[in-house]
Amino acid sequence: MSRPRRERLSVTGVESVGPYALLRVRRGRIEPGAPGQFFMLEAPGRVLPRPMSLCLAPPGELAFLLDPIGPGTKALARLDAGDRLHVFGPLGNGFRLDVPRPLLVGGGIGIAPLPYLAEALEHPPAVLGFRSAHHAQAAALLPCAEVVIDPTLVTDVMPVNRNVLACGPEPMLHAVRALAPDAQLAWEAPMACGYGACFGCVVEVEGELKRLCVEGPVLCSS
Amino acid sequence: MLLLNASGCLDALTAPDVASSLDAFVTKTVTPEPRAGNAPVRIAETEHGMLNAIGLANPGRDVFIRETLPRLRELNVPLWVSVGGFAAHEYAETCAQLDDVTIEVNLSCPNVDEAPDSAAEIVAACREVTANPLYAKVSPHSWDMAETVRALEAAGADGFSMVNTLRGVALDSTLRTKLARGAGGYSGPALKPVALASVLAARRVTELPIVGMGGVCNGRDALELIACGATHVALGTILFADPDAPARVLDELEAEATRAGFARPADAFGVAVGAVANLAN
Ligand SMILES: Cc1cc2nc3c(=O)[nH]c(=O)nc-3n(C[C@H](O)[C@H](O)[C@H](O)COP(=O)(O)OP(=O)(O)OC[C@H]3O[C@@H](n4cnc5c(N)ncnc54)[C@H](O)[C@@H]3O)c2cc1C
Ligand SMILES: Cc1cc2nc3c(=O)[nH]c(=O)nc-3n(C[C@H](O)[C@H](O)[C@H](O)COP(=O)(O)O)c2cc1C
Ligand code: FES
Repeated sequence: MSRPRRERLSVTGVESVGPYALLRVRRGRIEPGAPGQFFMLEAPGRVLPRPMSLCLAPPGELAFLLDPIGPGTKALARLDAGDRLHVFGPLGNGFRLDVPRPLLVGGGIGIAPLPYLAEALEHPPAVLGFRSAHHAQAAALLPCAEVVIDPTLVTDVMPVNRNVLACGPEPMLHAVRALAPDAQLAWEAPMACGYGACFGCVVEVEGELKRLCVEGPVLCSS
Repeated sequence: MLLLNASGCLDALTAPDVASSLDAFVTKTVTPEPRAGNAPVRIAETEHGMLNAIGLANPGRDVFIRETLPRLRELNVPLWVSVGGFAAHEYAETCAQLDDVTIEVNLSCPNVDEAPDSAAEIVAACREVTANPLYAKVSPHSWDMAETVRALEAAGADGFSMVNTLRGVALDSTLRTKLARGAGGYSGPALKPVALASVLAARRVTELPIVGMGGVCNGRDALELIACGATHVALGTILFADPDAPARVLDELEAEATRAGFARPADAFGVAVGAVANLAN
């Protein structure tokens, strides 16, 4: 496993992808880690950093796909080439890659970790769901994926008998789990630290409250 | 001067490197019974700080002493154990079972409902059963810090840790509380002036050591606490944003002392106290 490091990295560019922003930073000595692991990104002007999945790892860079929904993600999306920010990671546990028939399932900003995951798995089939055609522009990051738009849901078109690796909004993850009980699901929780220090990110796992940043964010559902 | 973590702001077993970068590690508050803590959402960022309602999640005294403490000792970092409870005798029972550690008595958790006995009763009960160094962790809600500190010193405290969080609320876009519990403890940069005032008021009435904490983000913040009379400094919320903060704060502290005209940080000890000697608390 790659050892997490914290470094001040410079931004190489921010591009819009539909309503989202793809933030690219120089990699420094930080390792990209395993698909599904995440990084804590300093959000300019905010007290706490924000957890972000690695979306792509181009040579010498790390790229994050952001949904600018609040003060932290908006501040990150406003960065310009040459700005610098602290990045800490890789953190948490990513997806297990030793599955015979992988299928990637993503919903909305939940597609963020899938491009890097698809690379590691040599481009398995994928199903992506979005709320609008505008949001669906992000599917360009995962060519060849089957794309559905509301009211059609990923679970309406998801083939069965596949090893599902999924990331998306909580209701989607619950619906995916109902169809594929052994799916690997990447969950979210508000996080202050990302490295087990605050006990803020707990979720219920097997009847106990556990730190998602330490046990997850990818959890096997069964 | 020792640089510590604030209780509840670091798990030494999950992040041993961060713990090793401190002069001593302070545990999360340990209560007699295990506590799962409050239901999520437990944390929320605010404009100048954060709220938490963790709810003293901890494995309970027995498991802590049997399993956690031996593993913490292997880290070879001096240990401070934060002790909590809901009655004076509960605190004392835990203190009686702890050896070779500094004890920090948490008199001030805002995230649990039960009202504890008076702070002085708790400290007196602990003093009776332990010879270990005994620090009293004080709430900034105290209306008269000087009076609180005098009472705790008389009850047998060997030092003070201040401050704990202030109670606060944050609302989401639909005007519901962000924390499932409603209110939580407010920490981070906004707390610094409160911490400075508390340490300053305490230093005017005691010569015992004080661990200053509340919103420390950099060397200048640490130096200001020292100038108000803190003997030691603890880092809380900043550790969430920057696990490398201990080494950085120490470096900056030296530079900031020089900039303020002091050869060493320790030379700035208490310099802000004299200037207000004539003010009321
Ligand atoms: C492991 C992990 C990986 C993530 N990866 C990405 C990613 O690749 N791209 C991306 O855009 N976002 C990702 N997120 C979510 C992202 O961290 C949050 O959207 C961000 O912290 C919100 O910050 P803000 O200041 O913009 O908004 P805030 O004001 O903090 O939040 C805006 C709204 O979103 C809610 N919210 C905030 N954080 C979360 C959360 N973690 N889960 C559910 N609801 C939340 C708040 O309650 C509020 O209603 C990830 C989260 C986790 C835990
Ligand atoms: C997530 C979190 C958990 C905390 N848990 C405890 C605790 O268990 N016991 C305690 O005495 N203080 C606890 N505190 C308070 C801190 O120790 C410290 O007093 C306070 O956060 C002020 O310092 P800061 O502004 O540097 O964070 C906690 C604070 C935070 C943010
Ligand atoms: S985010 Fe702090 S413990 Fe998980």
